[in-house]
Amino acid sequence: MLTQRLLLSDRGGMLVLGLVLLTTIIVPILNLAVPTDSPLYVSNFTVGLLGKFLCFALLALSVDLIWGYAGILSLGHGAFFSLGGYAMGMYLMRQIGDRGVYGHPELMDFMVVLNWESLPWYWQGFDMFWFAMLMVLLVPGLLALVFGWLAFRSRVTGVYFAIITQALTYALMLAFFRNEMGFGGNNGLNDFKEILGFDLAAKTTRVGLFVASSIALILGYMACRYIVTSRMGRVIIAIRDAESRTRFSGYQVESYKLWLFVFSAMLAAVAGALYVPQVGIINPGEFSPLNSIEMVVWVATGGRGTLFGAIVGAFSVNYAKTFFTTFSPETWLFILGGLFVLVTLLLPKGIVGLFDRFSRKGDKQ
Amino acid sequence: MNSICRLTPRHAVQQWLTRLLLLCVCSLPLHASAQEAEPAPAQPTFDELVSQLATGNLRQRAATVEQLATHQDERLADILNALVAGDLLASKDKPPVIAIRSGDQLTNALDGSDLTGAAGLRRIPVNNSLRTQLRGMVAQLNLTHPNSDKRYDAVQRFIRDGVDGETAALLRERQPTEGSGRVSDAIDAALALFDLQTGDRDQRMAAIDTLSGSLEQEARNALRSVAENDEDAELRSAAAKAIESIQGRIEFYRFIENVFFGLSLGSILLLAAIGLAITFGVMGVINMAHGELIMIGAYTTWGIQVLFPDLIEWSLLIAIPAAFLITALVGIAIERGVIRFLYGRPLETLLATFGLSLVLQQAVRTLFSPLNRSVTSPEWISGTLSINPVLSITYTRLYILLFGLAVFFALLLVMKRTTLGLKVRAVSQNRAMARAVGVRSNWIDALTFGLGSGIAGVAGVALSQITNVGPNLGQAYIIDSFMVVVFGGVGNLWGTLVSAMSLGLINNFLEPWAGAMLAKVLVLIMLILFIQKKPKGLFPQKGRAAAD
Repeated sequence: MLTQRLLLSDRGGMLVLGLVLLTTIIVPILNLAVPTDSPLYVSNFTVGLLGKFLCFALLALSVDLIWGYAGILSLGHGAFFSLGGYAMGMYLMRQIGDRGVYGHPELMDFMVVLNWESLPWYWQGFDMFWFAMLMVLLVPGLLALVFGWLAFRSRVTGVYFAIITQALTYALMLAFFRNEMGFGGNNGLNDFKEILGFDLAAKTTRVGLFVASSIALILGYMACRYIVTSRMGRVIIAIRDAESRTRFSGYQVESYKLWLFVFSAMLAAVAGALYVPQVGIINPGEFSPLNSIEMVVWVATGGRGTLFGAIVGAFSVNYAKTFFTTFSPETWLFILGGLFVLVTLLLPKGIVGLFDRFSRKGDKQ
Repeated sequence: MNSICRLTPRHAVQQWLTRLLLLCVCSLPLHASAQEAEPAPAQPTFDELVSQLATGNLRQRAATVEQLATHQDERLADILNALVAGDLLASKDKPPVIAIRSGDQLTNALDGSDLTGAAGLRRIPVNNSLRTQLRGMVAQLNLTHPNSDKRYDAVQRFIRDGVDGETAALLRERQPTEGSGRVSDAIDAALALFDLQTGDRDQRMAAIDTLSGSLEQEARNALRSVAENDEDAELRSAAAKAIESIQGRIEFYRFIENVFFGLSLGSILLLAAIGLAITFGVMGVINMAHGELIMIGAYTTWGIQVLFPDLIEWSLLIAIPAAFLITALVGIAIERGVIRFLYGRPLETLLATFGLSLVLQQAVRTLFSPLNRSVTSPEWISGTLSINPVLSITYTRLYILLFGLAVFFALLLVMKRTTLGLKVRAVSQNRAMARAVGVRSNWIDALTFGLGSGIAGVAGVALSQITNVGPNLGQAYIIDSFMVVVFGGVGNLWGTLVSAMSLGLINNFLEPWAGAMLAKVLVLIMLILFIQKKPKGLFPQKGRAAAD
């Protein structure tokens, strides 16, 4: 019954997940077992890049869940992603121990520079992995809970919600830029050494993180799929299509939206937590409103309201970004900007919708 | 010979000079025309005398300086000031080029032309006795200068450098003839400072009384030293009381200054947001490219200055209509090209216009450069208006405040009193009905969007005077502008005014104790909480128009 619901009725999703799974198996083999001079060899750079894309895909999934299914456009999902990343970054910083530039056994380098005497209270406990992972989920989850509760309770919807979420991430960006906040200010957290005792520079650790991201994506997809096909999911779609009517039918519209929003925020945070050890840095720039809005474009380009479309979008837009920023950086913003306009004007259902149009088998909501 | 009893030769010279100069001031027009009509052959001209400064020994130079003093020439004060400070340079040519140095800049002392970078200029040497002579002359020259600002500065300089018997005498002599109240007050303060140090008890009492009305730092210092160290208890308490009253007034002026800065910041927000109040507030279109329209306006100002380098003074006045036209056209193009296909789909409009903003930014980066462009401020807009020693206001901010209000009221007039405004309001309230009575709603949409965009461009002209003109200019304002419109209540121009001003004030009063960045964060958090409480803003629209 559950397999029927989650897997079989979702052909597009299965295709995309199958590809993800295939990559997860093949790429580590080609990276670790094949000699470096072989044409089949997958470079470390590619592994890192694909790992990053997997995190972005998970992030896009979280955006699609609330935008595509509940019609809540959040322009501040980068905030949850970055908070998750910062929580992971704090764990990684604590792992550095006395190997920092100043060799202080407890304080981070930037704290030594600021002449701090002791570790601030909010850095306590982050030397334990389980605690850090708990914070990865709890901090963004709580922020989403409070923010969402305030917003949905007073029925802030549509563009107003979009704008205040954008203001939220903007405010957080400004706050994290401050040195006094104790998160490294402008430079953020970087220069990580190891995770769970594994050297972050080692090939096997990188592949391990890549596989972890891929598993997180698959599990995240399953969870989202489970939610949208459940009874709750149907109510959520009803809210998207006719909010007032759903409310008058006796559903607690606010709580549905709130829980979905919190879940989505946590999903974004997990993506952030997996992203940081792979790129080796987290700084306040991740909070910038432009990043958050880019995520929305991944979803729009892939096709909103399909979940697997978000994965397709995240991969294709980010691949294009990598390609253009190395090939001709000048054109990238033209292309990204053009994508915004063209997708909204001409491709409201995204790339996935394009395939549907050709195969004429649309079985979408 | 009133208060001066000991007449040294130098004093005699000084007084003679003062007399002479006063005479010159009184007979200035007559004197000038006489000079034009029949140049006295025996008398060397001012320019010749200045050239002579560079030659000869120190004694000859002293004589030249005395001769110079007989000339009523507005360049004299600057030249003598530079000579005292050792900033007067001369070349070895015949006749020598005389230049005034200020910082790294060199200007020709006679014709004012720019000599920066010129080689071979040597300092004209002065010794101590010449310096003393010059100081006295400069002080007198400035004290009797026809421009009251110059006189005020001179008195201020006395107050700063400390008033001695000599200057006190000079000031006492000047006092009865001084016409400007501001200068006269400053002279009072300077004399009181002198009396406080040297006078008898009654004079000192009177001096404390006078000084309690002065806002000079020196007055406070002098009073403080009396309040702390003086032997006379009564004088001490009087001085303490005077300091208290001064502090109270300083607090008051600080407050006024804060209010002004707050309003000035508010007017900047108002300018940035007011175009949005039309496109977002009245039409309901989320235009994320609004910031880039402001940027285009700012670049237009730069463009005008590059195209017409001779008209810098007029550049802003030319740029205002030019920026309005250009951005309005860009706006109409955006509306016709993209937005009109997306009416009724606000989230898609948001995304598409955001894409446009990226394209516009990158276009500017590619066309001009990613670096900031420098926009020159015309003379009339720079400088400060100093009301008293504690309170001074820069003209730029003052003009922007006035300009913001002017734009606001002009827009209000357009919306309430013109046919276009009527049609715009009709379409925004009930499109179908407006069409039914013959309003071309498509046309009105384009024009309204053009109007909002044009105002963004005009805002850009103003902003070019206070921020860096670069491709990221717009981004810095877009979130703030939306906040202003949402806070004020969508579709309400007055709400936009009130919210811009109050946000500016709140931000400015938070800044001193929270720091610039945290103040901004706090304001954003406050706004987010405020929107929870009143989702429709300070002044929500009422009635049928308010329905979604």
